[in-house]
Amino acid sequence: MKTKINRSTPALALLAALVLAACSSPVKLDEPAVESRTATPVGGAGAGGASSGTSQSQVASVDLSKDATAGLAKVVYFDFDSYVVKDEYRPIIDGYSKALGADRKKRVVIEGHTDERGGREYNLALGQKRAEAVARSLTLLGVQDGQVESVSYGKERPAATGSDEAAWAKNRRAELRDR
Amino acid sequence: MRLRPPDASGPDALRRGLIGLPLAVAVPAAMAQFRVEISGVGATQVPIAIARFREEDKAPQPVGAIIRADLERSGLFRNLDTAGVALDEGSRPGMSDWRGRGVDALVAGSVARLADGRHDVRYRLWDVVKGSDLGGQGYAVPAADLRLAAHQIADAVYEKLTGEKGVFSTRIAYVTKAAGRHTLWVTDADGENGQTALASPEPIISPAWSPDGRELAYVSFESRKAVVYVQDVGSGRRRTVASFRGSNSAPAWSPDGRQLALTLSRDGGSQLYLMNRSGEDVRRLTNSGGAIDTEAAWSPDGKQIYFVSDRGGSPQVYRMPAAGGSPERVTFNGSYNISPALSPDGRSMAFITRDGGAFRLQVMDLASGTVRSVSDTKDDESPSFAPNSRLIIYATRDGGRDVLMTTTLDGRIKARLVSTQADVREPVWGPYGR
Repeated sequence: MKTKINRSTPALALLAALVLAACSSPVKLDEPAVESRTATPVGGAGAGGASSGTSQSQVASVDLSKDATAGLAKVVYFDFDSYVVKDEYRPIIDGYSKALGADRKKRVVIEGHTDERGGREYNLALGQKRAEAVARSLTLLGVQDGQVESVSYGKERPAATGSDEAAWAKNRRAELRDR
Repeated sequence: MRLRPPDASGPDALRRGLIGLPLAVAVPAAMAQFRVEISGVGATQVPIAIARFREEDKAPQPVGAIIRADLERSGLFRNLDTAGVALDEGSRPGMSDWRGRGVDALVAGSVARLADGRHDVRYRLWDVVKGSDLGGQGYAVPAADLRLAAHQIADAVYEKLTGEKGVFSTRIAYVTKAAGRHTLWVTDADGENGQTALASPEPIISPAWSPDGRELAYVSFESRKAVVYVQDVGSGRRRTVASFRGSNSAPAWSPDGRQLALTLSRDGGSQLYLMNRSGEDVRRLTNSGGAIDTEAAWSPDGKQIYFVSDRGGSPQVYRMPAAGGSPERVTFNGSYNISPALSPDGRSMAFITRDGGAFRLQVMDLASGTVRSVSDTKDDESPSFAPNSRLIIYATRDGGRDVLMTTTLDGRIKARLVSTQADVREPVWGPYGR
């Protein structure tokens, strides 16, 4: 198959903007909406919980202090080559299991990560193991399987750059995010 | 096979020794996304002279330089100096003069602009040793296809002199990461003519060419988890083939293009599954409990699937029948062997081994099991064979940046495709016939 290749005028900066006549347009994905990584109030009964037959002046109250996971750290760190959830992260697990138990509609995604050492696909699988270890800790406490999804970024999304143990330790982690 | 070892003695050898030093081929910076740097000396290299093509300076592409770089990168040729030589495809060069220069083969040609704006590229090849004219060809092409015409001439010269198919007209795909942007590129095998297939704010990993070269499978994190897509290279049309619960990754096309092997965590852990090319008819292939099974790679006859598993305690390469059955272990040296890639001729497997803290490219001869290290860098990853099984492309780190390298299977001739802008990784070599 002979493809026509059109080249823009030679300039490194334009290479990324090459558009090919009669051939593919590059597929460009939009930047995601800016997401806050801090706790978003899923809210207990407050948001949207207006009952029917009330006056038009009704204001539904959102009480942030009721959100069980608002104040919790969201990251569990792991030792090298390990997917054991250490005891020091018990409070996070307990906090999430309470919040998820109290609201069966609440869901969480657990993202597993590794440090930069090793192959991409193998590390994707290691990150998956970390996420699943955290998920298992939650389901052992009664959280329903359908409330939790475990995914992995492997080594693709480091929290810290650098090739030393300090950076590596910050990257071996699982992050819990409300869905 | 037409190779002849260079003469090991006498003034000819001395001259060849001097000329055989590492050759840096610089493509003009304005046009170059990559610079190609070639190093190493091969055991048997055909000394070849490629004269400057008549009027190539007036053409938009340096046809002679492209051919010279292609042949040099293959490891089977050594370019001899042709400064001051004025020849074209219609010349009758004196064979004994060229023999006297230590040349075994000679190429000359021309590039002419046609009235309709296209270019007429012609070449002729001479076997200097036998003193015979091996013929030539003309190509009338638009300017945009001049590089392709040069690569096709390099392929023709390579085939006539070695008896093997050349890979210079093939394409590669790879991923770059720069300032938080991830881009999946398709370029010529020499790294030029880069075209963007996908640009994303989220990571892209594990590209895989379909056997017919029309599609690329890859893993994209655009929906905040690993999902496998297949994209038609020509049109850009994409389809999702695997977006199951958890992570979906490591797509590998069966040699007949009908199936994909891939790694899914939908049933827990990371295990191998098969599906047809549209993402249907999903069947589980491995069941190793809590172990990781990933990085499937098909044997060229489609009967075996090689893969990485840590079911034995640490990641090693295994192989199992594609129709299902017990895996057998393939790698035994060291405690960490990953990223298997099978040569299309079925004879070799390239993979990455961890040795101390270093990750090194190795090649195993499958018949004997012997393993040879072919690189001396420390952060090698992602090997992929050229369709003629003669070269491997891989990613490594040099001077703090990710770079792409090609190497001959004996490790002797290496070419560095240097990115001047971004970190490059995950190269995969496309098939014949773009």
